[in-house]
Amino acid sequence: MRLELVKRPQRSALFSALSPFIAFVLTMIAGGIMFALLGINPFTAFNTYFVSPISEVWQLHELTIKAAPLILIAVGLAVCYRANIWNIGAEGQFILGGIAGSIIPVMFPTFESPIVLPLCLLLGMVGGALYAAIPALLKTRFNTNEILTSLMLVYVAQLFLDWMVRGPWRDPQGHGFPQTVLFNNSATLPELFPDSGRANWGFVFALVAAVAVWLLMSKMLKGFEVRVLGSSPRAGRFAGFSFNRMVFFAFMLSGALAGLAGISEVTGAINQLQPTISPGYGFTAIIVAFLGRLNPLGIVAAGLVLALTYLGGEAAQTALGISDKVARVFQGMLLFFVLGCDTLIHYRIRLVGLGAPKPDAVPAPKLEEAH
Amino acid sequence: MDIAVNILLTIATAATPLLVAAIGELVVERSGVLNLGVEGMMIMGAVAGFGASYLTGSPWAGLLAAMVVGALFSLLFAVMTLSLATNQVATGLSLTLLGLGLSGMMGTGFVGLPGERLPYLYIPFLSDLPVVGKLLFGQDPVFYISIALTAAVAWFLFRTRAGLTLRSIGDSHTSAHALGIKVIRYRYLAVLFGGACAGLAGGQLSLVYTPQWVENMSAGRGWIALALVVFASWRPWRVFAGAYIFGMIWIGQLHVQAIDLQQFAGAPWLLYKVMELLKSLPSQYLAMLPYLATIVVLVLISRNKRLTMMNTPASLGQPFVPDR
Repeated sequence: MRLELVKRPQRSALFSALSPFIAFVLTMIAGGIMFALLGINPFTAFNTYFVSPISEVWQLHELTIKAAPLILIAVGLAVCYRANIWNIGAEGQFILGGIAGSIIPVMFPTFESPIVLPLCLLLGMVGGALYAAIPALLKTRFNTNEILTSLMLVYVAQLFLDWMVRGPWRDPQGHGFPQTVLFNNSATLPELFPDSGRANWGFVFALVAAVAVWLLMSKMLKGFEVRVLGSSPRAGRFAGFSFNRMVFFAFMLSGALAGLAGISEVTGAINQLQPTISPGYGFTAIIVAFLGRLNPLGIVAAGLVLALTYLGGEAAQTALGISDKVARVFQGMLLFFVLGCDTLIHYRIRLVGLGAPKPDAVPAPKLEEAH
Repeated sequence: MDIAVNILLTIATAATPLLVAAIGELVVERSGVLNLGVEGMMIMGAVAGFGASYLTGSPWAGLLAAMVVGALFSLLFAVMTLSLATNQVATGLSLTLLGLGLSGMMGTGFVGLPGERLPYLYIPFLSDLPVVGKLLFGQDPVFYISIALTAAVAWFLFRTRAGLTLRSIGDSHTSAHALGIKVIRYRYLAVLFGGACAGLAGGQLSLVYTPQWVENMSAGRGWIALALVVFASWRPWRVFAGAYIFGMIWIGQLHVQAIDLQQFAGAPWLLYKVMELLKSLPSQYLAMLPYLATIVVLVLISRNKRLTMMNTPASLGQPFVPDR
């Protein structure tokens, strides 16, 4: 028995909407099997993993803290992926954003003024955008594969941050710990509702970014340009769009958003620089982008789901005594199932028995793949 | 002299995982499939290799387990991209993300445990030769496998009919399909071979290079292997050369920190200055070198657009659905 794909005459709107949900259900089933194999009752595990982390108000605040960077990065990545540009170095752009945005609070720790925070955020965006411009430059100027260069720059960024907090930027009063000074109040991202929890303005930035990118992609010429060049570079050239300029645009936009995510995390949740400032947000955001169907509004929902897997991983570690790596496993499975379910949008799947006679009158209207 | 031989030995040990993983990926890409999951398959091989070796007490069983797990893990990718025609870039990425998570979870119990190193294989008489003896005939088994693999793949791709078929699929799956070649079957086998190689490379890390389990111990080597394939313009012996250049960089940056500048007192002025500069760098900067070097070689090799176009398998990364 084997699978056979039959091309649909047009993309299925039904499965386009349903596929993230099917993927989520399949992930749940696979996760249940995994928990059962680990000797844990799947229902207890699910309660611990997906329900208990969001059953109180302060926990919802934590959810937004985890979701904000994921959404911010993922909406930027969605622009890149729509343009068929594979920026997978958002983790590095996040880190560089965090470092660049920390210049003022670390070098002038006593400087307090209302303009400090906006400057930090701006510098963070600039830092992320410039770091993302490196793979864009290499791609446009030297034809270098952006997947590999952007990823290599992640390792470089991590090592650079490590050096900064152990070397030039280490807090002299920090008892030798590898960390910078704590930021003063004017360089701290304010909390939204301090009475009920820790949620900060990062989540608002994420929502604004999602709406702005949605407007850009669906209502503005620039978004149209990105989509045309992404699906058919040749058609884009005939329309007079510059491929190279679009590459820079997509990379620097996603870099700026990743940088904003980085500096929001540093000024909001951590309040100083440490050797590690991200639990892999830049990579998880790739999953968020795909789960959200590369649509900024879908990404908001997907970001909340993936944020829950982080919280669930922590809860599972304390309550069930399993590694918090279980979060990464869930995230990986989810992406697998999403990609698999996306096949249903363009194809019908048929099971063909090995002995069955081959149908010879199957329509094969797949011109676009015949090149 | 002994020091030089020892350094060369460690270079070979550092180059071997890169070589094995890259040779596997080379075959995969020659068949027209881009599997970005090398890092994930490698780390799964590393954890499986260490685990099996620890549980059975035999590092050989570990090596076998590493290959099998690598291949099984790549099967996941094969089913997705070949049977379900999913986007290869995204699927490969998710394989890497899943592998890093799964290996971390499976390896929780192995952290900090002492591992057993695969024994050196001394080839009688030949390994007693001065200098080259130990270097060529007194290495760990994976070293020999890696050399044999390179030769075998070079022979298979360019001297056999099946190799020619595989390359033709990579250049035009539609034409190959029209000629009655089983495109999907060939690609399945290629992906599984690539998975076994990546698994073996991971096993080398946890059974030879550093015989223990450390989370994320592949440290980007899978990605460097991917870059090596591009750098080598899809040719096996160039992969070999590239792997050893990177082995040198990887080991060099470790040795530079321990080097005594006095040793270079009589060396040419330029060499002395370079050593002085390298030694003055913080360790993090030295650790960046392999990653920066990857970017530099990619830039150098991709600069010539026409040459790259000529070498790249023409249907690399494109999904294929047979139309009867």
